[in-house]
This record gives sequence, structure tokens and C-alpha cells, in this order.
Amino acid sequence: MEKRTVFSHKLLPYALLAPQLLVTIVFFYWPAGQAVYQSFLIQDAFGISTEFVWFENYRSLFSDPAYYSALGVTALFSTVVTVLSLSFALILAVEADKSLKGAGIYKTLLIWPYAVAPAVAGVLWLFMFQPSLGVFGKMLNAAGFNWNPYLNSGDAFALVTAAAVWKQISYNFLFFLAGLQSIPKSLIEAAAIDGAGPTRRFWSIVFPMLSPTAFYLLTVNIVYVFFDTFGIIHTVTRGGPAGATTTLVYKVFSDGQAGGDLGTSAAESVILMLIVIGLTALQFRFIERKVTY
Amino acid sequence: MVENRPFAAIFSHVVLIIGVVIIAFPVYLAFVASSTDATTISNGQLSLIPDRHLIENYAKVLFEGTDRSTKQPMIVPLMNSFIMAMIIAIGKIFISLLSAFAIVYFRFPFRNTAFWVIFLTLMLPVEVRIYPTYKIVADLHMLDTYAGLTIPLIASATATLLFRQFFLTVPDELIEASKIDGAGPWKFFIDSLLPLSMTSIAAMFVIQFIYGWNQYLWPLLITTRDDMQTIVIGIQKMLTVTDALTEWQLAMATTILAMLPPVIVVIAMQRLFVRGLTETEK
Repeated sequence: MEKRTVFSHKLLPYALLAPQLLVTIVFFYWPAGQAVYQSFLIQDAFGISTEFVWFENYRSLFSDPAYYSALGVTALFSTVVTVLSLSFALILAVEADKSLKGAGIYKTLLIWPYAVAPAVAGVLWLFMFQPSLGVFGKMLNAAGFNWNPYLNSGDAFALVTAAAVWKQISYNFLFFLAGLQSIPKSLIEAAAIDGAGPTRRFWSIVFPMLSPTAFYLLTVNIVYVFFDTFGIIHTVTRGGPAGATTTLVYKVFSDGQAGGDLGTSAAESVILMLIVIGLTALQFRFIERKVTY
Repeated sequence: MVENRPFAAIFSHVVLIIGVVIIAFPVYLAFVASSTDATTISNGQLSLIPDRHLIENYAKVLFEGTDRSTKQPMIVPLMNSFIMAMIIAIGKIFISLLSAFAIVYFRFPFRNTAFWVIFLTLMLPVEVRIYPTYKIVADLHMLDTYAGLTIPLIASATATLLFRQFFLTVPDELIEASKIDGAGPWKFFIDSLLPLSMTSIAAMFVIQFIYGWNQYLWPLLITTRDDMQTIVIGIQKMLTVTDALTEWQLAMATTILAMLPPVIVVIAMQRLFVRGLTETEK
């Protein structure tokens, strides 16, 4: 879509674009380019000399068990968080979509965690499940579970996952609810007249019509788990114990920290960049399809 | 509802109430913890009813700070978070309005290139370019400044896309009428386009304010001085002392303070918030 009538001015449009383009080039493209360039360099321990080494950083990355561990943690983490938060959100949205008394209040009460910072979500859950004084942490230990997220990998992973799911339900709920409300009621009524019960109507009408929303949310949630959960991990576990909650983004952060290995950290950044590009492309390909649908 | 099934309605209410309780409980517990004293928490005797130390804890954390960890009054980080969120939200809206205006209402060489340059920043979140961006900010002497905290986060493809989308729906008659009246681009922008865009701007503001307020990784790297810290980082610093010594009642009071402003914004401006979210991200 294009405007038929426009202003003709030689310099003004460039002046209007200048602030955004300047910020974009200085703080987005230049550092992204730097990351790519640095990923081909190795710096000596004192930072005095650097050597161009082609793909050496990538090669050492892919022979490092710690990197595979981070890949595995990220894959498992994004799968579990996405599946759980989408499922809970769908259940709540389906119930909230029914014309109940107080539906508006439920909606308000379910969407506010969107405004809670991931780091804050992490602190809230840490407080509940702290092994010696947390309300649930103590309960688990009293029941003989030997619960300790500071020491047990599984416990740490579960805690971080719970906080991440809790935080993401509201976002998914909102989109599912909007998706449900856009399904024509006449369609559902027609099916009811034909004798389809609520369960049958859900699986053969509502669910398929909700699939574009679900697919969109799938990619958004994966991006969320990859990047935004950094705050949760940093406040709750610091990537530990023994790397059990070190995701790819957390590893970029910790490898480059305190003048650490910038070449390796940069190579990790580049791989992450490729993953984001892939995910975004997937998301837009799908939106194209939905427009024609 | 298609059929009238009283039991189904009860079932729905039960499911939703369980959902609301699970969502609200962690925050309620934090609130209760922020109203109690240190010994009750460290003995693990926290009850579910608020205690008497509410005002005392909040006053202490705001104006004095913790005794053992950071010892910084949290009023400063609270203000910093507010300033940061405001600069990011207003800055993003400002530069995005201008660039969307240029892209929609002008024809010029490299128009498409400019659009793509902005659009592709969607694929470069801060997290994938942390250290190089940090180095640039350091070279520009912007560490520990509001400029360093905000400007690198201010370029936004989402806001530009939203405003572009909105401008495209504005009828062509509007610009034609303005041109007949002899109005130039600025006059058209200020007098005709901006008033029409107010709802989109407000919706964008809600989303970007929350985005700015909740930043974590960037302020963590870019600020070293206590007086430049944000409130979310302030909580984390309270927890880093040996765990047994964490003053949880103060940390939880800070946690409540840190989430209050964005949560109030979402609830008070719910309609705008929902609109901003569903329109920008689709």
C-alpha cells in the first residue's frame, strides 16, 4: 500500500530519518559487525596482540562440551517453557472466553504479570523455593525431597522454568483470548445445531482456527526463552549449579565477562544472531501466509 | 454461550480462580514478607497474614537502604528506573514518528533501503551484540550516564512499523486537503497527523515504558556507580551477599516497589496496553 499524494522535498525526509538511522547504525549495525569481526580474532592473555584466525573460535566452540551443554539446556528450557506456558494460557483463555459473570475482572487479574520484569519474577520464585526459609522450599524438604536449587541441577532447572512459565502465561493468554474472540460465533453455533458437543467443537473448529495465533506465539515464546530469561537466570542461579541453567545467552555474557574471552563470546553472539534471523524469518513467512488465508 | 450448562459455568469459574491464585500468590507472599521482620523470615515462620512492619520496611528501604548488602537508599534507583523508562519510551516514539512520516509521506532515493535498515534491527536484540555495544558506549564516554543507559535501546523497528502501518490507513484526502490549504509537511505533521495518532502513541508509550523499566542485562553492564543503578538491579544486589544474611523483608519490599509502577500502568491503561501489544507484535 502506498500513498497517492506525497510531499516533494529533497532534504527533509533524510533529516527526518537521520536520528533513527544514526542510532541504528552506531548501536546496532556497527556492534553487530564488530561481533562478526571479533569472532575471527584471537587475543593473547594480556590483550596486547590479536591474530586473525578464521574459524578457529568456532571450531573450538564446537569441540567444547560446555557449549553443547548450553545448547542442550537452551533447547530443553525453550521446549518446556513454551509448551507449559502455551498450555496453561490456552486453558485459561478458553474458560475466560465463555460469557461468564466477571470475565473482565478475570482478564485484568491474569494479564498484569506482563509488566513484571523477568528478574523480578526470578526473585519472587527464589523466595518461595529457597531451601531453608522459602515457604515451599521448606515444605519440600520436610516431605523428604532434599530440595536445593543451589546444589541440585534438576531443582535449579525446575525453579527457573517455573518462574519463566509464570511470567509468560499472561502474554500468551492475551493473544489466545484475542484469537478466540475473533472466531465467528455463528460457526460454533452452526456446529452446535449439527449436534457437536463442546469437546468436539473445540477440536474441530476452535483449535484449527486458533492455529495461526498458536504458531505466532510459538516463535515469540522461543525468542522470549532465548533472550528475556537472562534476568531470571542471573538472579536465581547464575547459570549454575555446574552449568545446569547456563543458556546460550547466559554463556555469551559469562564468557565475555571481566575481560574474558571476547573472541569466543563474539563467535557465540554470531551463532545466536543466526538463530534469531532464522526465527524471525520463520515468523514472517508465516504472517505472509496468514494474510492470504 | 451456545448451550446453557450451569455446571460448565461453575467449572470455568473454578479453573479461572485457580489460575488467578497461582498468578497472584508469589506477589502476595512477597507483600506479606515485606510487612514482617527479619527474624520471622529467617526462622522460616512466615505466615500468610500481613504483619505490622510494613511502613517501617518500606521507609527503611527507600530512604536508608539495607544494613548488610548495598546500604543504598532505594529512592535513587527508583528515580533512575523512572527516568530511564521515560527517556526510552518518549525517545522511541519521537524518532519512530519522524522516520515513519518520512517513509510514508515522501518519495526519495533509498527510501526502501532506509525502511529495511530499520526493519532488520528486529533481528539484533541487545543480547547478541552486548560486548561490542558496551565497547562503543565506553569509547563514547557514556558509561554510567542516562545517555548510555537509554540511547542504545532507543532505535525501535516495532514502533516505526506501527506508526507506518497507522499512517498508511490515514485517508489520502487529509494530505490533499492540507496541500490545498497550502500547508507544508511540518504543518501537516503537527496539525493533522499527530492529533490523529494520539491513541497509537499512547498504546506505544505503555508498551515501551514497561520495556524500558524492565531492562536488566544492559543496566547491569553499563552502570557501575551506585547512584546510576536501576531498581531491578538494586534487588539483585541485595541478594548477592551470603544467602543466610539476605535481608529478605527489605529485598521483598524493593521487589514490590520495582513492579508497582509498570503493573499500575498496565492495569490503569489496560485497553491501550492490549491494543499496543496486539497491534505492534502482529
